[in-house]
Amino acid sequence: MIEVMTANYAAAYAVKLARVGVIAAYPITPQSSISEKLAEMYVKGELHGKYFLVESEHSAMSMLIGASYAGARTFTATSSHGLALMHEMLFWAVGARRPIVMAVVARALAPPWNIWGDHMDVMSERDTGWMQFFCENNQETLDTILMAYKISENRSVMLPSMVIEDGFILSHTYEAVDIPDQDEVDDFLPPFDPEWKIDFNDPRRFGGLTMPDWWSEFRYRIALDQEVARKKIVEVDKEFERKFGRSYGGLVEFYNCDDAEVALVLAGSAVGTAKEVSDKMRERGKKVGVVKLKTFRPFPAEELKKLNDMVPVVGVFDRSYTFGYGGALYSEVRNGIYDPAGGALVKNYVGGMGGKDFTPKNMEFIFEDLLRIKKEGKVDKMVEWINIKDGTGRW
Amino acid sequence: MVEAPKTYKDLPSTPITFFTTEDNKTGTWRTIRPVIDKEKCTRCYICWKFCPDLSIEVEKEGDYPNVDYDHCKGCGICANECPSNAITMEKEMEK
Amino acid sequence: MIEIRIHGRGGQGAVVASEILARAAVKDGMRVAAFPFFGVERRGAPVTAFCRIDDKPIRIHAGIYEPDYVIVLDPKLMEFVDVCQGLKPNGEILMNTTRSKEELGINKPNKTWIVDATGIALKHGLGSETAPIVNTAIVGAFAKIFPKVSLESVLKSIEEAAPTKKDANVAAAKEAYHMVKEA
Repeated sequence: MIEVMTANYAAAYAVKLARVGVIAAYPITPQSSISEKLAEMYVKGELHGKYFLVESEHSAMSMLIGASYAGARTFTATSSHGLALMHEMLFWAVGARRPIVMAVVARALAPPWNIWGDHMDVMSERDTGWMQFFCENNQETLDTILMAYKISENRSVMLPSMVIEDGFILSHTYEAVDIPDQDEVDDFLPPFDPEWKIDFNDPRRFGGLTMPDWWSEFRYRIALDQEVARKKIVEVDKEFERKFGRSYGGLVEFYNCDDAEVALVLAGSAVGTAKEVSDKMRERGKKVGVVKLKTFRPFPAEELKKLNDMVPVVGVFDRSYTFGYGGALYSEVRNGIYDPAGGALVKNYVGGMGGKDFTPKNMEFIFEDLLRIKKEGKVDKMVEWINIKDGTGRW
Repeated sequence: MVEAPKTYKDLPSTPITFFTTEDNKTGTWRTIRPVIDKEKCTRCYICWKFCPDLSIEVEKEGDYPNVDYDHCKGCGICANECPSNAITMEKEMEK
Repeated sequence: MIEIRIHGRGGQGAVVASEILARAAVKDGMRVAAFPFFGVERRGAPVTAFCRIDDKPIRIHAGIYEPDYVIVLDPKLMEFVDVCQGLKPNGEILMNTTRSKEELGINKPNKTWIVDATGIALKHGLGSETAPIVNTAIVGAFAKIFPKVSLESVLKSIEEAAPTKKDANVAAAKEAYHMVKEA
């Protein structure tokens, strides 16, 4: 059934279709309409599970960890400062191996105060052990939440997932979304059945003290299971495509890359704009490719290495910044594709932060700049901030 | 008068405004306005105490309170708190 | 791809107008993206909403700067908002007004359509004298000047999107469809 809705509503419908057992949430812009819609569904009796309005994001995550221990499928959604407040419990969810799925409606962190979209909040949680999936549009938001449960709850994975939609750019934009039938979703996503859960007939203690002699081994298992997840993500994407006819490339999607002269790696809603601009530039004989980073954790380094054989110059567009170095995606991509024998030149472009519109014109500037670097054979500048009031008058 | 910044170089080193919040005339946000009935007002100043936007002004002790309509957002807390029901919230006329 | 910009004031329903338009276009087999200008909302403040309509999926996620159509819910806005900004040379304007193009001060050659959406809204009991809710009427009028979206789909979309007074909203849209004329 095709319905016109925002990415936030698409997320709420995915949660309903996934028959989530426990939802705990605290409102924050631009996430609020996810939890509001779920609260409305709950009051109308349309939800399979229970909805709890808690007193903070920290509490939301804490509650879900407990609920997940009890065997419930769990969901929350947050943004920006809410995610930052949750930080401590994000590690807990991973260490406890709870396959929680959370929608993160990506937003800037203050000050100055800002409610709009960028990836700073998400990138700051890179090292927690959560899987991180970016979404290009509203349909992908719904589909990714369904896939995330399947990947997370796989007994050889058992790690939580962040499903990331760009604040306002997707969260408040209406698009046509195909809502799958409940039967189809039930067939794709079986009930949550964890190996370990609270069982009164088999009482245990969960998450207690582990001495230094075994603690690293628990961490080592998380590291290995992120590697397992890498395979499961691709498998689940293929299975989703067989069932629903839609695929998002699993870890990474190469678009217009086969005969490209240069390629741009990016994640989230700007991917669509890049694809559109790439097509337009090709009409003018400029062969530029787009690499959509669907999955940020686990990081698809092996897949991205192929870029070395495809193009001599790679650009990376970041909607966030690691102060004192460069964009977060940039450092990961450059490191990931590093080839001691040479390999592609890499340049970082930073922009679209705090809700600043990232236009097709900006995208075209990046592609032209990459083509120039290809011609000149060297990167003049490691990082370039796009569309900044720098007095040059070029933006 | 401070000149509007043209580039990032013109920004203050910390996010601060060039003016005070007095220059932000939030009164236009209002859809309902508080009107004080001096007949009923006992000058207890509870409205002054509760106003979250410092928009109830008392010149000097003993005066009737005045509403600063340039800044009052029309939240209605004063009307709600007034023990003598001396404040009514009236609909703003369309400008 | 057709790009539409809607100007209104907070409370007039500009954002819902873009949503109704998007729903209608999808019913007629097209693909859409409708979004508000992501500002800080408050009643009475100028609001801008946008809608992209195309035969194929819309991938672009950026603002609209050169619209094909401009829809104005409140002509008073023209005193402080340049509603024609960036309008394509062959773009068209749809205004809620009873005045002529000259009286409105539109000195652009663009085709301009007018409809008394305020009068129609009030006749059908939508909103009040001081705050008429004109979004459904104006979308009805738009269906007339933009033939890719059918009146039937607009009416169905209003039924879906209007929280109350569904019949009155549908009737207002229908009336505006028949009343809209070139200025």
